[in-house]
Amino acid sequence: MTDTPQPQSDTESAAEAFLAGGSLRHAQGPYFGAYGGRWMPESLIAALDELEETFDKAKSDPEFLAQVAELNRSYSGRPSLLTEARRFAEHAGGVRVFLKREDLNHTGSHKINNVLGQALLAKRMGKTRVIAETGAGQHGVASATAAALLGLECVVYMGAEDCRRQALNVARMQLLGAEVIPVTNGSQTLKDAINDALRDWVANVDTTHYLLGTAAGAHPFPAMVRYFHEVIGEEAREQMLSTTGRLPDAVCACIGGGSNAIGIFHGFLDDRDVALYGFEAGGDGVESGRHAATITLGRPGVLHGARSYLMQNDDGQTIESHSISAGLDYPGVGPEHAFLADIGRARYEPITDAEAMEAFRLLCRTEGIIPAIESAHALAGALKVGQRLAAEPGDPGEKIVLVNLSGRGDKDVATAAEWFDLLPEDSAEAEIGAEGEQL
Amino acid sequence: MSIGTVSKSAAAIERARAAGRTALIAYLPAGFPDVQTTIDAAVALAENGVDLIEIGIPYSDPVMDGAVIQQATVEALQNGFAVRQIFDVVKGITDRTDAAVLVMTYWNPVMRMGVRDFARRLAEAGGAGLITPDLIPDEAGEWIAASDEFGLDRVFLVAPSSSPERMQSTVDATRGFVYAVSIMGVTGARTAVSSAAREVVDAAHRAGAERACVGLGVSTADQVREIGAYADGAIVGTALVAALRDGGVPAVAALAKDLSSGTPKG
Repeated sequence: MTDTPQPQSDTESAAEAFLAGGSLRHAQGPYFGAYGGRWMPESLIAALDELEETFDKAKSDPEFLAQVAELNRSYSGRPSLLTEARRFAEHAGGVRVFLKREDLNHTGSHKINNVLGQALLAKRMGKTRVIAETGAGQHGVASATAAALLGLECVVYMGAEDCRRQALNVARMQLLGAEVIPVTNGSQTLKDAINDALRDWVANVDTTHYLLGTAAGAHPFPAMVRYFHEVIGEEAREQMLSTTGRLPDAVCACIGGGSNAIGIFHGFLDDRDVALYGFEAGGDGVESGRHAATITLGRPGVLHGARSYLMQNDDGQTIESHSISAGLDYPGVGPEHAFLADIGRARYEPITDAEAMEAFRLLCRTEGIIPAIESAHALAGALKVGQRLAAEPGDPGEKIVLVNLSGRGDKDVATAAEWFDLLPEDSAEAEIGAEGEQL
Repeated sequence: MSIGTVSKSAAAIERARAAGRTALIAYLPAGFPDVQTTIDAAVALAENGVDLIEIGIPYSDPVMDGAVIQQATVEALQNGFAVRQIFDVVKGITDRTDAAVLVMTYWNPVMRMGVRDFARRLAEAGGAGLITPDLIPDEAGEWIAASDEFGLDRVFLVAPSSSPERMQSTVDATRGFVYAVSIMGVTGARTAVSSAAREVVDAAHRAGAERACVGLGVSTADQVREIGAYADGAIVGTALVAALRDGGVPAVAALAKDLSSGTPKG
């Protein structure tokens, strides 16, 4: 038995190491400063150990790396493009804005990077079944996709209310051969879907891999999910250098659990002149109490296996989060983000539903790209960051902001049409949009 | 294990052993349907053959619990249960009975209050210690220090999936008794106690555990008797929660009395 070091000194020593010139890249876990770890039932520890061992071996196995690279190239469509958003940039103080186009990946978001990697690991462990949680359905669809491709049974847990609102995504998963189980207990949201997936995992751990969708949860999930998304940052860094001859001044990403953000941040963690910004869901505004701004307003706690920032009340009970974006609607956040926030390497700010929807419309009209509402939070943040950079000394046209456009917005059309009041009152779509359906 | 002599739960289990019985351990969630009923039901448990009472703190995300306990704890939270009331419940029971009272809790509410503060208040209320379903010894440095300072038991779980190394480190970190999870799954009554339970208990004893008790899926006197053949105690939860839900305190008393008929050893 070793005593756990005092969390605060843990983070302080890690911060000192970074300031003294140490690298922040490839952090292995289980701890990221005071965060991370394994706050999990003993029943699941053996499965986490098996996963960690399999993942560690796979990372240095040329055959596995080749499999991942080939799927990324010939199935997901990587590398994803880097697009300069010239007309959008006019609204960002005149700085240059580049979009990392994860929206162009197969299944329409960055999620495919992680599910393919984990599904391959599931096969290596001899598991025949994967389970996943999903909020809006994006990770569920990606998991069902990977399971279909690799011949695995797939069960997706989804809040009953989300199932009703996202009927088309439920149908998508079913078309792909997955079973969708509506979760009726607790608050019937994403966190309860995770709870039920964990209960399933405890009971079926011999045959089943839990394909967690974000860079959160117990070790090795945060480091492993980040690993599969690191390709975003690696590609983007090279593309920025080859396109502009330099690194960006700032990188912007949206944060729910934080997987797309940690993926792109990782490429730039040791580039100390590159500012990193994570934009959380501010919902109706952080002062309203209806938001998902976990780092901005949360306090450290443990949920779903990791110590991190958490939306909780004075009793340590989890508080329900709120966001127009189902993908950001989670009361926790990945532990590596909590650490990067504490040491000041990345900054985290809230973006309200209204700010995100304005940026959503702006990108549609200036660039002909419909973003996911999740990604629109990063775009809204980029507008602010660009304006701040432009106000600093120097030619704005020489400054560069890189945005991770983590997903496409086809799924959000009904929500957006309702938000902007684009639908005739008596249309079927208006009825769907009023219920928050995402087509 | 000299420190074992101050353990309230070890003393309760040893009293049962000396009387030729399997220790009977019973769980109820605090505040279901209200704090006073929890105290009355726990007193009824103690009066009907229960040696050790386990009171759960209702929590928003109980990943190790099945439907019956989830529904009860959701109701307790909806009825306004606050974590600080756990100390009133513990004191209310220890004032009226000699039974050892453990608190079963997911970790975040303890962390939120502050581990040392929580431990101090639990000790002041007369509590025996904590059962921690989502805290493994690897993460328990603060709790191990606080439980040593205030003389509280720390009951960790072991499972059919525990490796020999983890079994050893968990037994070493435990005080009071080792909680042997009978099956890979969550709480809930089952018709048969898995054969894995005996293997887990045997492994715990081999690792040096003086007391290993079996929980998950235990609901009848026959199961208690069966477990008594190899374990030091049997833990019943869901069946009692369902009894309280359906028949109130009298039903809890009746079920406890029936369960205790399975405790005489061989």
